[in-house]
Amino acid sequence: MSRVPAVQSTPRSQTILGGSPTEKALKRFLEGIPGVDAVGAEARSAGFQTRSLKTSSKIWGLDTIMSMVDLTTLEGADTPGKVRTLARKAMRPDPMDPSAPSVAAVCVYGDMVAETRAALGEWHISQRPDGIAVAAVATAFPSGRASVPVKILDTQFAVSEGADEIDMVIDRGAFLAGNIGLVFDQIVQVKEACQRSDGSSAHLKVILETGELATFDNVRRASWLAILAGADFIKTSTGKVQPAATLPVTTTMLEVIRDWHGLTGEKIGMKPAGGIKASKDALRYLVAVAETVGEDWLTPDLFRFGASSLLNDVVMQRQKMKTGHYSGPDYVSVD
Amino acid sequence: MSFLDYAPAPESTSILNLKNTYGLFIGGEFVDGGGHSFATVSPSTEEVITTVAEANAADVDRAVHAARKAYDTVWSKMSGAERGKYLFRIARIVQERARELAVAESLDNGKPIRETRDVDIPLVAAWFFYYAGWADKLEYAGRGPNPQALGVAAQVIPWNFPLLMLAWKIAPALAAGNTVVLKPAETTPLTALLFAEICQQAELPPGVVNIVTGAGATGEALVSHPRINKVAFTGSTAVGRKIAQILAGSPTKLTLELGGKGANIIFDDAAIDQAIEGVVNGIFFNQGHVCCAGSRLLVQENIHDDVVARLQKRLSTLRLGDPLDKNTDIGAVNSRAQLERITEIVNSGDEEGATRWSAECEIPAKGFWFPPTVFTDVQTSHRVARDEIFGPVLSVLTFRTPDEAVAKANNTPYGLSAGIWTEKASRMLAIADKLRAGVIWANTFNKFDPASPFGGYKESGYGREGGRHGLFPYLESADWMKGGR
Repeated sequence: MSRVPAVQSTPRSQTILGGSPTEKALKRFLEGIPGVDAVGAEARSAGFQTRSLKTSSKIWGLDTIMSMVDLTTLEGADTPGKVRTLARKAMRPDPMDPSAPSVAAVCVYGDMVAETRAALGEWHISQRPDGIAVAAVATAFPSGRASVPVKILDTQFAVSEGADEIDMVIDRGAFLAGNIGLVFDQIVQVKEACQRSDGSSAHLKVILETGELATFDNVRRASWLAILAGADFIKTSTGKVQPAATLPVTTTMLEVIRDWHGLTGEKIGMKPAGGIKASKDALRYLVAVAETVGEDWLTPDLFRFGASSLLNDVVMQRQKMKTGHYSGPDYVSVD
Repeated sequence: MSFLDYAPAPESTSILNLKNTYGLFIGGEFVDGGGHSFATVSPSTEEVITTVAEANAADVDRAVHAARKAYDTVWSKMSGAERGKYLFRIARIVQERARELAVAESLDNGKPIRETRDVDIPLVAAWFFYYAGWADKLEYAGRGPNPQALGVAAQVIPWNFPLLMLAWKIAPALAAGNTVVLKPAETTPLTALLFAEICQQAELPPGVVNIVTGAGATGEALVSHPRINKVAFTGSTAVGRKIAQILAGSPTKLTLELGGKGANIIFDDAAIDQAIEGVVNGIFFNQGHVCCAGSRLLVQENIHDDVVARLQKRLSTLRLGDPLDKNTDIGAVNSRAQLERITEIVNSGDEEGATRWSAECEIPAKGFWFPPTVFTDVQTSHRVARDEIFGPVLSVLTFRTPDEAVAKANNTPYGLSAGIWTEKASRMLAIADKLRAGVIWANTFNKFDPASPFGGYKESGYGREGGRHGLFPYLESADWMKGGR
């Protein structure tokens, strides 16, 4: 597939860049966005960590975090058995407390989608409004180093298997080489591939892999790029690269979401992924969300945690809040 | 319920072990004062914290004599290394008692515990550690070989950073070999008195540090005392001018650190979100009770609306309330008098045609409070653009070109601080070169370090505090160097 000098037009890019945008216009726009001062960004994030939450806010926060988790397994060794265990965990995060909320989604590789859907059964989102979605990583996750047709097929396959959400990776190599038109077009094409035959569409989360973009300026530009190309969610990381999600990077992305909302009234979702292991840290993310974009974003529709071990810690903290004492790792399920 | 209903997380005052009354600290002991004792109140509750003695002229005289005696008999004869040991000891005790000092400072001054805990008290310790290191290295300070102390230093400090200003004054004076008589502000004497206890705890020789409490009359008696060698004052320009008049023609050396009307300049290529944070920190830190506050915001006209909108949004998330609560961003105004002054100037802003906006926040029933306030449509001739308000009030002005930014920033009788926000380093350096201010921050604001000199131009005073330069006001070249070789 050869590259066209003009990038594909999306409704969003039309709003910002006008009729038929060129790569040059897109590049100019992204380079015109104010930069990010790293020291200041980190200082602001440090401020979120000093907030002390009310007990009632904390209980609500823990339940909310639970409902925002994309419970994830992305291993070469994933088997149907592993996926079934995870699906069960997604429905009943706390085996000792059926009132604990179920998670937002189970996130797997494309070839595990059918198995996951089957395992979720009537807990699947198609069966009940508060049900669990199936998210699939696609586009040659995690490296994104594959030909465009392969990436499109990867996405189409996952959608046809029943994925409700697609977590795609951007081509970081192209972004760093300055071929942002290529990055943009790929997102647009994957977005098209998310369409189902009935006209509905799987939700698209665009992974920036911020650990490879390295600078806050790149993160901010890539966030704008992904949103302009049609992302429903922007996501920090694959979890396969260090550093994965950090609070300053997430805040930088949230600022773009805030500015986009100010510009268009449209709400884009945010998903930090990888490296968030403790409830305490997750609560700080909620503070950052509330203080940056506002409390409207404190819903699984607009904020997710890509995590696996976080869930058990939340379960333990939740048990502690309810019973007044800590249990132990043997009182939560190992998956 | 809002998720952002943070818990009241007050620091306990039980760590404080305050006496009901405090005397003057003269010759290493607490003694009664000859004046009328006065109460120091908590500005957030208007409750009396403790009662403090007032030093009259006779008390000041006793304190100066105690300092003179300590200088003549002990401190001037001690080696620099030995003096350094005492300063290191004081620094460590400050660290050990950091929480207690932070609580006392928040209680007495009204500033949030977040600031005393994370800024004031750590800097106090840092200042003593830094100058402790200089005590035996004065030969390298830049005054030539074998530099000499001046003798007795009279020091008068303000209420905005009570203990930190004490450290800025006492640490270099002692390191250079002087003894001191210090007068804290009448509304915030508490931490200076706790510092007196720390001097006792550190077994500092009696008379090296003397602390006399009182108001203007005490200060006047102190700075006009004939047997002092040096006056260091931080406070208002009006009082500074009066002190300069008193000392004119006398051999007593003087340094003044006075008011300011700092300009924070935002260019259109700045990292906007961080610039907003910097502006907030520049004027709403310590309720704006900062002499180097960035109280004038100069924003490039093409981004004015965006910056103001972002600023207002950010200010709406600030939390005003109990200074001892760890979630509080904005504490209480230090005194009723200061609140009245802020209110008066703010009203003049309304009358002169500027547009006032204040963050919505619940003002507690008791105590002295002022909500974070921003004036737009401010013209350079407005009082809110010229007078030092010393409160949480920001005046927003615009500029079109870099030259205009410099001209407007320099168009003030003061010259203490300025800030530049741009991602373009060459512009940053070029502008910094042209600004007439003692401290210029780039892409940050209100950052302090003991190694960095601080002081003003024009009506903001003269002399530098901090760094090697901070030793100069307390050191003389050896006699044989002065006569001209």
